[in-house]
Amino acid sequence: MSGVLLEGTAEGERLRLAGTGAWVAENAHSLEAQVNAATRGGGAVKRVVIDMGRVDRLDTFGAWLLERLTRSFSVRGCETAVTGLREDYRALVDEVHGVAPAQAPAHRRGSSLTYAIASIGESIVSVGGSFSAFVNMLGALVVALLRVVAHPRRFRFTSMVHQLDNVGWRAVPIMLLITFLIGAIIAQQGIFHFRKFGADIYVVDMVGILVLREIGVLIVSIMVAGRSGSAYTAELGSMKMREEIDALQTMGFDTTEVLILPRIVALIIGVPILTFLGSMAALYGGGLVCWLYGGISPDIFLQRLKEAISLDTFEVGMIKAPFMAMVIGVVASVEGMAVKGSSESLGLQTTASVVESIFLVIVLDGMFAIFFASIGM
Amino acid sequence: MAKGNGSRDVVIEVRGVTVGFGEHTVLDQIDLDVYRGEILGFVGGSGAGKSVLMRTIIGLLPKRAGTIKVLGVDLAAASDEERHAVERRWGVLFQQGALFSSLTVRENLQFPIREYLKLSQRLLDELVIAKLDMVGLDASALDKFPSELSGGMTKRVALARALALDPDIVFLDEPTSGLDPIGAGDFDTLIATLQRTLGITVFMVTHDLDSLHTVCDRIAVLADGKVIAAGTMDTMLASTHPWLRAYFHGKRSRAGHLEAANV
Repeated sequence: MSGVLLEGTAEGERLRLAGTGAWVAENAHSLEAQVNAATRGGGAVKRVVIDMGRVDRLDTFGAWLLERLTRSFSVRGCETAVTGLREDYRALVDEVHGVAPAQAPAHRRGSSLTYAIASIGESIVSVGGSFSAFVNMLGALVVALLRVVAHPRRFRFTSMVHQLDNVGWRAVPIMLLITFLIGAIIAQQGIFHFRKFGADIYVVDMVGILVLREIGVLIVSIMVAGRSGSAYTAELGSMKMREEIDALQTMGFDTTEVLILPRIVALIIGVPILTFLGSMAALYGGGLVCWLYGGISPDIFLQRLKEAISLDTFEVGMIKAPFMAMVIGVVASVEGMAVKGSSESLGLQTTASVVESIFLVIVLDGMFAIFFASIGM
Repeated sequence: MAKGNGSRDVVIEVRGVTVGFGEHTVLDQIDLDVYRGEILGFVGGSGAGKSVLMRTIIGLLPKRAGTIKVLGVDLAAASDEERHAVERRWGVLFQQGALFSSLTVRENLQFPIREYLKLSQRLLDELVIAKLDMVGLDASALDKFPSELSGGMTKRVALARALALDPDIVFLDEPTSGLDPIGAGDFDTLIATLQRTLGITVFMVTHDLDSLHTVCDRIAVLADGKVIAAGTMDTMLASTHPWLRAYFHGKRSRAGHLEAANV
């Protein structure tokens, strides 16, 4: 395609280089190789003449390589001259001539050991940072809440209802479906294994206690973290990116009060309702499987369930729900506000929001288990 | 430069192009020619569809009727390869810069070059510095991310990226909007210099009357979905069309100032 673009003839201390053809982007690869080859040879050269008379096309790529050619000879103390350059290319070559010499990109690389230690240190610092951000956000929320309690008319009721619609009402079908399936699966597995001991009927105890105490609230919280927590982070993050948050602040609004409080209040109302609905769906699924697969009729199932569970069992699950909602909402808001200018950081923070809130939901659930066990609930 | 006769080389040929959204027709049977090596200023009221025409030419919006030929190729009828060949020969400066936010300035500029050409890393690095220098930035901007740049720097980097592959045509969507008058003036000079040195054709959507006066060879005016006039600044000033009179003789125009001074 490109062929010879630069020919050299050495005459003692003089080197004549003649350019030919098209010195354009498409040929830049082979032209660079030929330019490098030309500068490598001829140690005794004192004077270089570059004849551009037969170059029929020239663009920035070609002009830069011509500049590199003359510079590399000049550095070696040679006199260089460019002749025969077409008049309409003169301006381009002059433009490129003014470019400051390139510096190597400043890549600072330590050894892999220091890198590993540094990255451990950075992670610890960032964990500490996200902990303090979490506490900060919690504090800001309490302040906003107190202010709203003092002046109830400042509460963004419409916004809260809108969020409640998004995180509560619209989530109902998927939550019902998932918890129904989980309840059915637990019952099926229970029947399958308990049957070996002739203890089929205890499946009802297992389904009842497991669903009401743990599974209902846990599954709903994890689903909400993935569904609504990520949405909160992405919303707040893109508002941050587009300076909407800055705009709110300059108008004298408190972003925690305007954006975050209604969202978290919506979650605190929505998650317990979803937990209740989810637990009922899981019990229904479990009961259905007991009837169809285990041969336990609905009457016997209900009677057995009444004996197996108490109001405490139900309360343990429900008490946890608002705390889970709080953790999810705070983590999502912290991560949303931590978004920087790039779309990549929006993605990173959204991922971090979901992972962190699911992790914290499970840790919190563990802490609640210890707490309820010690108070005998 | 010779003005407006049929013998000149047409690089963008728009014929009978209609573009609309839903019930609303934005562009109605538009005809427009852009000639090789000129700077065409494309003006019109806000919301008149200037950017729509630009986006239709570069293939981002579908058209309902008409043909658009860029560099002699009808993009709607072209094969993928032909279209890519044309796309490689144009550069676009979007209104907000549209720099890739997760890449540094260096990577933003190298991205299109890397995609189309196989060059050594050393040459890529040198070229990026040369391109930045041409748009009036120095190497200190190289490793910054787009979110760390000021508005003017963003425009310059975006222009450098539009010029990365030495295109034949550059589309500029309001290049001077959001710049201070000095910065806007510099940008105009820069565009004129680059146009002269690189011999590119510039299609510039703008509102900036100073840009129109100082750098544009020709002006095309869009109003009511039609190109109502195309020609030099003198033609625009001499026109009796009410919209043109309001635009070019208004309070903010140079002609307006001169007329006010003569009263």
